[in-house]
Amino acid sequence: MKNTIKEITAITGPSSAEEGVVKYIKKALKGSKHLEVRTDTLGNLIVRKPGKGRKIMLAAHMDEIGFIVKHIDKDGFVRFSVVGGIYPHNIVNNRVVFTNGAEGVIGIEEKDYHYKKILPASKMFIDIGASSKEEAEKIVSMGDLAVVKHSFSQMGNRIASKAMDDRIGCAMLLELAKDNFKTDNDIYYVFTVQEEVGVRGAKTSAFSIEPDLGIAVDVTATGDTPNCNIMDVHLGKGPTIKVKDSGIIVRRQVIDYMKSIAVKNKIPYQMEILEGGATDAYAIHMTKSGILSGVVSIPTRYIHSKSEIIDMDDVNNGIKLLKAILKDDLKKRGF
Amino acid sequence: MLKKLCDASGVSGNEGNIRDIIIDAVKPHCDSISIDKLGNVIAFKKAHSKKRSAKKIMAAAHMDEVGFMVKSINKDGFLSILPAGGIDRRVVLSKRVKVGKDEMPGIISYKPPHAQSDGYKNIPKWKEIFVDIGAKDKKDAEKYVSVGDYISFDTEFVKKRNLLRGKAFDDRFGCYSLIEILKKKLSNDIYAVFTVQEEVGLRGASAAGSAIQPDYCIVLEGTSAGDFPQERDIGDSPKMGEGVVLTISDRTAFSDKELRKQTEDIAMRLKIKYQYKQPMIGGTDAGVIHLQGSGAKSIVMAVASRYIHSPVSFADYRDLKGMVKLAYNLINEIK
Repeated sequence: MKNTIKEITAITGPSSAEEGVVKYIKKALKGSKHLEVRTDTLGNLIVRKPGKGRKIMLAAHMDEIGFIVKHIDKDGFVRFSVVGGIYPHNIVNNRVVFTNGAEGVIGIEEKDYHYKKILPASKMFIDIGASSKEEAEKIVSMGDLAVVKHSFSQMGNRIASKAMDDRIGCAMLLELAKDNFKTDNDIYYVFTVQEEVGVRGAKTSAFSIEPDLGIAVDVTATGDTPNCNIMDVHLGKGPTIKVKDSGIIVRRQVIDYMKSIAVKNKIPYQMEILEGGATDAYAIHMTKSGILSGVVSIPTRYIHSKSEIIDMDDVNNGIKLLKAILKDDLKKRGF
Repeated sequence: MLKKLCDASGVSGNEGNIRDIIIDAVKPHCDSISIDKLGNVIAFKKAHSKKRSAKKIMAAAHMDEVGFMVKSINKDGFLSILPAGGIDRRVVLSKRVKVGKDEMPGIISYKPPHAQSDGYKNIPKWKEIFVDIGAKDKKDAEKYVSVGDYISFDTEFVKKRNLLRGKAFDDRFGCYSLIEILKKKLSNDIYAVFTVQEEVGLRGASAAGSAIQPDYCIVLEGTSAGDFPQERDIGDSPKMGEGVVLTISDRTAFSDKELRKQTEDIAMRLKIKYQYKQPMIGGTDAGVIHLQGSGAKSIVMAVASRYIHSPVSFADYRDLKGMVKLAYNLINEIK
């Protein structure tokens, strides 16, 4: 699992350029005869484990936040727009990698750069080692996408990397998909596109699947670092069962059901209220005439930075919780 | 036709004039025309050949323009106004407008300089900006206007060689292009949709897109040019007269990569100049259309116009002709 996480977080996959992740997952699922694999119009990867029972859609998004080239100046510096929720204070002097493999460093306009002030990304540029526009244009062009460069650290049971949001969800779905456990449910593992720019892939994939139960698997913030915002979620104390965020208020039926499964299987869990932020469940639960939806999250520190930290216990327990749900007789539970 | 479209008033929610002009123009060339519940015009035209794509193609342009609505009639006969769509307060003062059904001549009023002490230094708020229709008092004004009446800029369209000056280029250019395309023989069936209320939140397109659920979506627009004088080398595209503007991405959608490639290939083959819009800025009807149903491949084309969302804009006629040609050929060549 750790190796999967290391490999899948290393892939460059900003919103709209998720192909690398698709390729990785498809390769990992090669030989899994129990699955049907397809991609849809927007690029979502839909992996189905067919069954006669209730339709469950699990969604994890493949895309990560990043940068897009908007201008190359006469000296070869690249001006960019952000793709998704980039925090400007997290990116100054970060290394970046473009989808074509080119690398660069984010610089900032020094004259305006006071160390006490956070400047917007419009005051920054990417230095790609070129010394003229002509030279730079051979390396990147308008519309090219980039992400922060990957580096992977293991610190005991915890690991840090870019793009845990939401490759950790992808890795968990991948692990579950490979496992040909016995169930009657009709399971759709959906690896979605363009979550970070407005839960777009989840909207169209949920429309075509129309599940009886939708579950987004994503990261959530924590409240366990010095002088942080109040939040009752701690790293290592279990996957969380979402109560609400900016995109969804989970129906009590779904919350209680998830809790009962965790209790029955003795899986540690935490209740989650996230202020600010949303997941694919936002789009899924508003599809067609409405879909019962919930979220299982992995507590993550420093979300939307190059060093998002997760705890492996939470990941393993998250997989256990989801597997128990997928194996359960959902019809009997009123879904 | 272009002059007729641009001179007519059609502020968001009041697209009737534009709708009438369009229906008159396209009726002889379409197989069916309907007006949906929100006021969108949906014109369907069959391909003239039997060999056509099985895919559903939707092309859209919005009929509405930015403008104002009468909020209240004050006791002195001046009108308080509400903006419809994004309008810069600095550019509207002392401009000519047409008010209400009878198109009463009006002037957007602000205190003259000798009545101000230091008013120069401030940008007036909307509540400090009034429309003067020359009425004596409230009673007099009520003879001509009522609360809820629409107010549009009063700017006459002129064309001198290739230079176009007028209002509402966003998006009468798109409407004009769709009309021109419908006049021609097509190799594919097309749903040409003239939408309402784009400027206030892509509302018409959402309903029309949901009704049609296309496989392909082509949106034709007037977009802001970036080639005004500026001191810093941080981006000046797109430029007026430099060709059809293709969207890579904006706040609401990423253009489909393959569809964009196909569009660029056609442009190169037919020697139609094209350029790119700066990524992640603005939004169009494509944002909601491409997420309807199980998703559509979308692209946005536009004509670069200086000073859009103001009383008066500039554009280059060759760019508009280029957009008509490029969109027409793309529609024909979708497989």
